[in-house]
Amino acid sequence: MIDQPLKLRETIAYGLTGLGLFIGIWTLLSVSGLVPHQFLPAPLDVIARFFALLTTPFAGATLPQHLASSLQRYVCGMSLAAAVGIPLGLLMGWFRLLDDVVSPIFEGLRFIAPIAWVPFAALWFGTGIGGPVMIIFAGAFPPCLINAYRGARFVDPHLIEASQMLGTGHLRTILEVLLPASVPSIVAGLRVAAGLGWQSLVGAELIVAAAGVGFMMVQAQANVSTPTVMAGMIAIGIAGMLIDVLLRQGEAAILRRRGLQA
Amino acid sequence: MGSIRFDRVNKIFETTKAGVKALDDINLEIGEKEFVAIVGPSGCGKTTCLRIVAGFERPTSGSVSVNGKPVSGPGPDRAVVFQHFALFPWKTVRENIELGLRNKNLAKDRRGELIAGALNLMNLESHADAFPHQLSGGMQQRVAIARAYVLDPEVLLMDEPFGALDAQTRVMMQEELVRLARVNPRTVLFITHSVEEAVYLADRVAVMTRRPGRIKEMIDVKAIRTAENWNQFQRIEDVMDQDSFIHLRTHIWKSLREEKPEDRH
Repeated sequence: MIDQPLKLRETIAYGLTGLGLFIGIWTLLSVSGLVPHQFLPAPLDVIARFFALLTTPFAGATLPQHLASSLQRYVCGMSLAAAVGIPLGLLMGWFRLLDDVVSPIFEGLRFIAPIAWVPFAALWFGTGIGGPVMIIFAGAFPPCLINAYRGARFVDPHLIEASQMLGTGHLRTILEVLLPASVPSIVAGLRVAAGLGWQSLVGAELIVAAAGVGFMMVQAQANVSTPTVMAGMIAIGIAGMLIDVLLRQGEAAILRRRGLQA
Repeated sequence: MGSIRFDRVNKIFETTKAGVKALDDINLEIGEKEFVAIVGPSGCGKTTCLRIVAGFERPTSGSVSVNGKPVSGPGPDRAVVFQHFALFPWKTVRENIELGLRNKNLAKDRRGELIAGALNLMNLESHADAFPHQLSGGMQQRVAIARAYVLDPEVLLMDEPFGALDAQTRVMMQEELVRLARVNPRTVLFITHSVEEAVYLADRVAVMTRRPGRIKEMIDVKAIRTAENWNQFQRIEDVMDQDSFIHLRTHIWKSLREEKPEDRH
């Protein structure tokens, strides 16, 4: 317990050192003129641009507004992926036949990068909310399904036997034994899905959307406003980190309730 | 109601190409409300016997029937108490006990009555809303026994139920089970590797050989228990002090010792 605060302080110190070095080299490269300003904007320009974008609209909206429309699509796509992937994964983990039927298709499809769906996403669902939602779905669905499936397959066999000897039917076993037993695995899957979904969304917005952080970046690129592009990248990074932190907190809370360590 | 019959049961596990023969021609009849313990060296197939009655495994040949009906799968007429309790960690004590009753589609009031009875039987009233991980091993196994008893099963299958408990808790649970068997007798198939436990608890003890498991000897403990009036003692150590107990225990020990350790490859 005595050296714990020290450890934390060290961790923070190392982290700040890394960040400082990174920004230092970046500043050096851009200020020295080694790399032209158009290619690599200076950190101060980017930060100034970032704060300006919080209130000044660019490409039809401020950065928070772009972020809000990105998040809206993101939540839709993630919810859909979880709503389809988790039940299907659990069912595949319980019914061998379904596993045998679905697995080959799924194993083939999951190696297609979400971005590869862009042409069909635009064709089928348009460039408003539908198209990007489908891209996020393509990114977030596999980890949702795989982790629910693994969770269901690796349930302590004694718990399944206990459930059977108590005369529990299929539906109740899935809902009251398989699902709760798989929660840690499912939550871990959701974290992976959240990361992949967020990356897919921004990728998709570069191409199909009419608003959103990705869209803002494409417009900035067209205007050769590299600080705006960088500001968008920072917003994406921060939002992604926050989503992960939130999910991690949720994961830890769930494990704690079970008497397990996070 | 509640008889178990093994009829020429063989079990081969197909884990290797040749297969591993686990059980060799098991014939055993357990009468209604009889308590039979199976002891044997580890890996002899005693747990497999129980798992076949439970419906978790099928015999390779031969058959097992309960009340004359062949076992075809697991069900609440044959409640199982597992060595590692197998309680649902996300359900409270009450919810763990309730699941089997909900499966029977009993009305809520009736379920409440039965749960109250089971909690009372196992002295669990004050822990009804605790989660399993908040309880000691002994308490968890009480919950598992309550969960089995509340189903009012015809037979109770206990697979080394006290094997994961510390020595003191184990003794308490053994005494408790004797009390339970007097209040509410059931047909019990009890698996253990503890000779004392088997002699203390069972009406009859079946001694098994090393793999492939066969029943080499059947010992009638009940006759001796009745003749020597062990039931007059409250505590296990008093029973274990009796010459008749020591004699039986030594006899079974010798029988087990004749089983040479498994060849190492």
